[in-house]
Amino acid sequence: MTLPELSRDEILRYSRHLLIPEVGLEGQRKLKNSSVLIIGTGGLGSPVALYLAAAGVGRIGLVDYDVVDSSNLQRQVIHGTSTVGKLKVESARDKLVDLSPDIQVDIFNEPFTSENALRIARDFDLILDGTDNFPTRYLTNDVAVFLGKPNVYASIYRFDGQVSVFYAKEGPCYRCLFPEPPPPGLVPSCAEGGVLGVLPGTIGTIQATEALKVLLGIGEPLIGKLLLYNALDMSFDFVKLKKNPNCRVCGPNADIKELIDYEEFCGVPSHDHEDEGSAGAGLDITAPELSERIKTNHLKLLDVREPHELEISALPNATNIPLGQLAARLSELDSADEMVIFCKSGSRSARGLELLASAGFKKVKNLKGGINAWAKEVDTNLPLY
Amino acid sequence: MPVLRIPTPLRPYTDGLSDVTVGGSDISEALTDLTNQFPTIKPHLFNEGGELRPFVNLFVGENNIKDLQGVNTPIKDGEKLMLIPSIAGGCHCESSRSNLLDFAGA
Repeated sequence: MTLPELSRDEILRYSRHLLIPEVGLEGQRKLKNSSVLIIGTGGLGSPVALYLAAAGVGRIGLVDYDVVDSSNLQRQVIHGTSTVGKLKVESARDKLVDLSPDIQVDIFNEPFTSENALRIARDFDLILDGTDNFPTRYLTNDVAVFLGKPNVYASIYRFDGQVSVFYAKEGPCYRCLFPEPPPPGLVPSCAEGGVLGVLPGTIGTIQATEALKVLLGIGEPLIGKLLLYNALDMSFDFVKLKKNPNCRVCGPNADIKELIDYEEFCGVPSHDHEDEGSAGAGLDITAPELSERIKTNHLKLLDVREPHELEISALPNATNIPLGQLAARLSELDSADEMVIFCKSGSRSARGLELLASAGFKKVKNLKGGINAWAKEVDTNLPLY
Repeated sequence: MPVLRIPTPLRPYTDGLSDVTVGGSDISEALTDLTNQFPTIKPHLFNEGGELRPFVNLFVGENNIKDLQGVNTPIKDGEKLMLIPSIAGGCHCESSRSNLLDFAGA
């Protein structure tokens, strides 16, 4: 294969790469000839896209369907205050083009789904998994296996990060390690659990490093190895990963031969749904309705957020029992009370409502959209978070 | 005695401890000791039938017990054990309906 030549400007721009023997002129031409698809332009996608663009990867694909929100900016450094409200893929593209005008940036302003994933990923050399949910992670893995492409994986939670290169041709895939996802609700999301803003920077730059190693064919990529990072301990641990002979997508007797319904497989939605923050028909109360009801009725308010969240915003006279303790502290509640359960945005409380209902509490409603809905629609002095 | 590294998502069930010293000569005994010390972690590791949940990965040193002898894998004094969680990263899918009832034992 003939590699593209570098222009005079490109030779100057990438001179620090050209000085490294492991990269050199030929390596830089390889990068120019390479293409990567980055799933998600969030915490991980930000440093990954920035550094791969800066490194001169010739074509970068970005998949996202979200818009930039100010709460993203604590970690999603590819975006900025001036792009709040803009499509993330457009915000990211503009930054990348400013950084490296010679590269090509293809944007896909759509959710990555079983319907479009193969079409989108087919023409890229390598996939980077910077997603934020289990259904899209399993989808990304299966797409990479079916198309025979390396999947540079990274995942983060609070202070922990994981990185590996899943490449079924040469080693295990994501499903070899995690054959199935944890049941919904077992692992808190970052929206519930939070994440140290710099963590995706650390992990995303390692992910970008692995991508460059694979594209250049240098060093020892994390194929068959998983890096485990903890920011508090500043620990880097490595474990060995082996191909799982019973793997359902890359094993010798694989029975999953095409993309499946990943939301059903994981039991959770991968993309925002209109019913987010709702407990379902007849079980919700809106913030304005609650505001009216508490004027005339005695209602018990049950706040199932974590104690440190109460420092951000709180409703007066609410009882706080964090969701994780609810099952063990049911005796503190009276099933005869009319009750409204709430959390930050209505989802944890919907799970709490399920738990209460199964324990015989019949007079419970879920505050739809949580205390954030109250802050938007009733008391605008209350902060949103 | 072996030391078990607890991942961040499971630390609420070990009083915030990142490392727990566990007794036992194999993984099964070590996990029994862990769940005796911290009973609320049990449903996060084991299903109702008392088997390790499929998404729970436990490593002895660098090796997954699934590649060794499973819960019968022998362990030595001072050996480093690690629980490796399945984390989704940066997730905003708060709307996931839970099996919290299972974990509550309800």
